[in-house]
Amino acid sequence: MSDLTKLTIAGARDALRKGDTTATELTQACLDAIEGAGALNAFVHKTPEIALERAKAADARIKAGDAPAMCGIPVGIKDLFCTRGVDSQAASRILQGFKPEYESTVSQKLVDAGSIMLGKLNMDEFAMGSSNETSVYGNAVNPWKSGDTDLTPGGSSGGSAAAVAADLCLAATGTDTGGSIRQPAAFTGIVGLKPTYGRCSRWGIVAFASSLDQAGPMTKTVRDAAIMMQAMAGHDPKDSTSADLAVPDFEAMLTGDIRGKTIGIPREYRMDGMPAEIESLWAEGRKMLEDAGAKIVDISLPHTKYALPAYYVIAPAEASSNLARYDGVRYGHRAKLAQGDGITDMYEKTRAEGFGPEVQRRVMVGTYVLSAGFYDAYYNRARKVRALIKKDFDDAFASGVDAILTPATPSAAFPLGQTHDDPVQMYLNDVFTVTVNLAGLPGISVPTGLDSQGLPLGLQLIGRPWEEGDLLNTAHVLESAAGFVAKPGKWW
Amino acid sequence: MLDLTYEPPKPKVIQGAKHDWELVIGLEVHAQVASKAKLFSGASTQFGAEPNSNVAFVDAAMPGMLPVINEFCVEQAVRTGLGLKASINLRSAFDRKNYFYPDLPQGYQISQLYHPIVGEGEVLVDMAPGIARLVRIERIHIEQDAGKSIHDMDPNMSFVDLNRTGVALMEIVSRPDIRGPEEAAAYVVKLRQIMRYLGTCDGNMQNGNLRADVNVSVCRPGDYERYQETQDFSHLGTRCEIKNMNSMRFIQAAIEYEARRQIALIEDGKEVVQETRLYDPDKGETRSMRSKEEAHDYRYFPCPDLLPLEIEQAWVDDIAASLPELPDEKRARFVLDYGMTEYDASVLTADVESAMFFENVARGRDGKTAANWVINELFGRLKKDDLGISESPVSAAQLGAILDLLGRDEISGKIAKDLFEIVWTEGGDPAQIVEDRGMKQVTDTGAIEAAVDEVIAANPGQVEKAKANPKLAGWFVGQVMKATGGKANPKAVNDLVAAKLGL
Repeated sequence: MSDLTKLTIAGARDALRKGDTTATELTQACLDAIEGAGALNAFVHKTPEIALERAKAADARIKAGDAPAMCGIPVGIKDLFCTRGVDSQAASRILQGFKPEYESTVSQKLVDAGSIMLGKLNMDEFAMGSSNETSVYGNAVNPWKSGDTDLTPGGSSGGSAAAVAADLCLAATGTDTGGSIRQPAAFTGIVGLKPTYGRCSRWGIVAFASSLDQAGPMTKTVRDAAIMMQAMAGHDPKDSTSADLAVPDFEAMLTGDIRGKTIGIPREYRMDGMPAEIESLWAEGRKMLEDAGAKIVDISLPHTKYALPAYYVIAPAEASSNLARYDGVRYGHRAKLAQGDGITDMYEKTRAEGFGPEVQRRVMVGTYVLSAGFYDAYYNRARKVRALIKKDFDDAFASGVDAILTPATPSAAFPLGQTHDDPVQMYLNDVFTVTVNLAGLPGISVPTGLDSQGLPLGLQLIGRPWEEGDLLNTAHVLESAAGFVAKPGKWW
Repeated sequence: MLDLTYEPPKPKVIQGAKHDWELVIGLEVHAQVASKAKLFSGASTQFGAEPNSNVAFVDAAMPGMLPVINEFCVEQAVRTGLGLKASINLRSAFDRKNYFYPDLPQGYQISQLYHPIVGEGEVLVDMAPGIARLVRIERIHIEQDAGKSIHDMDPNMSFVDLNRTGVALMEIVSRPDIRGPEEAAAYVVKLRQIMRYLGTCDGNMQNGNLRADVNVSVCRPGDYERYQETQDFSHLGTRCEIKNMNSMRFIQAAIEYEARRQIALIEDGKEVVQETRLYDPDKGETRSMRSKEEAHDYRYFPCPDLLPLEIEQAWVDDIAASLPELPDEKRARFVLDYGMTEYDASVLTADVESAMFFENVARGRDGKTAANWVINELFGRLKKDDLGISESPVSAAQLGAILDLLGRDEISGKIAKDLFEIVWTEGGDPAQIVEDRGMKQVTDTGAIEAAVDEVIAANPGQVEKAKANPKLAGWFVGQVMKATGGKANPKAVNDLVAAKLGL
């Protein structure tokens, strides 16, 4: 089989079970694809030995006949996940050389399910960014091109998105704090699911903003997202915020039937200056769901416009505290000190050298909004806004809405280098996605069309808490109706 | 019935150069929770382990590690709250207190600023029989301890030991109800006593398991009463906080020094600056650590890694039902049940092991005698050998047996003390020892009479004197006791001497 790496998880699973291919073959094909895709800069730490060893074990399991769905599936792991004995540096200089002695719960679950880690994926430094350009490794590149222009794969899970879209792996893990799974998925024409806060354990994932961070799958299809979500999810006693709830069989919930479901269209997501293409994509999505038998209602989420500023207070506040541990004392980078330098010099030099400008900006913003005298004006007010945003969604769901349809991003993938000098422009990328994190809801980005330049665009569906199964089913309907099959032409 | 009536002690008055001054003191006591594991990790809390050996990934703040609350530590805090008659908050929450220091790996301490687990309570601080200060507790919260920085092992380097990092502490915050150095020390003693009864803190100050930050201010007589009426702090002076003291003696000395320093400043027309100070026990003075302006901005905010801590009333009720008898109640009961003085009751209830030892001795015996023996003989002997009650070579059963022999007149008081010493050094069954070594009291009047006759016959001069002065009969009694090796029944000897001398 020459196109092994183009397989979906579901397709590969079936092929593996039938004996049409082996995990080793599949893994080797991915490793070869990765070797040939240096220009994408998606994989930043490659683990071929681990991959082939696990492939061998997966083949044995498949042969034995009791392999779970993810068994033998080669995946990429975002660099934010701690992986035992493998560089895990959150794309930051400050964690240079850090090889954890432990494995994150989510990546361990994937190992337990028999999936195969090919390596670690590029991302924005500490998951802070929407274009992958804050990475210490240099940015990943979108396999989709606009003419000759290199585009961002989005961020922060840009390496994951690029790798999946370019068929370097069958799927990848991402994390989403304000849109970091959904935005890059939309920019690369793949599916990205951020589950309900608490569905996946955060244990072993380098923290950005703890009350917002969630891991999720980035896949080629909605079905794959369901399969991979199944393996990643579940209660973890090591994470107090992970929910002690049973994980349903998500794939079995993909019935394709959404008759009688109510889909809300929030008027506040119709932004001034929104490209017409996004507007019409949204309208098409609405029509597709209506045609599939769903009831479409216009709804209001009145506090939406406060979400982005609230997010950019809360996330940096938590980050400023979460990143305090990177001090050069115990692990990672430590600055060379001059004669007579004291402990404060060590902190200052280490952190100045170790953190990139965007991380430093957010640490400073976060420190500022938490400081005495500003706490109430910023942090506390942002928390109140957050509660109101959550209430907006609660009210919508209470009124009978099952899912909410919005654009995933305000534009298609933009050229690299565009947001360098304007962080606020970059932050605006998150305008449709941050509400979901603030409210702790599940959200999924589904590729539904191409813009006039032939670049993928996505729509976002937002579901009720803990109803990922239902959400995936609606997404599955949207995906089928949209019939998105486009692939980037290989140029790398 | 068990309600002890008491009067508050007089506040300490310090005479300045110009006026009299009073002290106003509040304490923040950090008590290490008696728990084998840390507050948010499974690492051991064992004292004296190899540096950095009791450290879990989360204690070292490795990337991606998360805290998980140790339920036992929560239970201990609730137990402590109940022991201090405090309200328990069924919903509390954890906050992060952010600051940089190498022995604080996370860069923040997880504490409870906004919603502590325990609310208002009270402690009765005994100063003397009938004199006690009721100190109000403002709150108790649970938090992580920091590690230890070691600066004096190497001229160029500092070392960090994370063994203590993440160990659970209870911070017990009092109201400014304490009015003198002795009261402050007595307050800590009482807290320690209650927590040791409860088993929630071992109270070992030497190991740092109990430390106090002391807030001290001074005011003119009358000001404190005005504050009490209005709860308006402006009636009180500017306070300074003396950090991290781990001895009762230092607490008193530091307060005394600090009060005099503040008085001198004010009387000199200067101002007391609100600041954090350290006590230097070598020099016996406090010195500035950081002023209010230099104070850290801790940027407290709710810890997003932990859900609010919700506990059930039924669970609290279960803990309440399992509380032991506490010192105040036990002391009152000892006075009532055993007819002892309040002072003796205080001594015997100072720690729960002593009280238990005493009750084991007193059970079925005369309480007063038991109290005397435990306090005078046993405690005296323990002190001499620098032993704790749990290390006593004489068990409660052995001491009880000695008292039984004494009660049955089988041995005299003096012999009993000798017997106690034998049991102390050699062990064994007291009754058997008395039997084996012929220590039984001679009650055979014939034998005693012979001894009396002998002494009288041998000392005619003394006989004459005694007839003139009956008080000298005691000399004859002494001689007879000596002649019988102390075994003669003293009452029988007395009676016979009196009769023979015709007194």
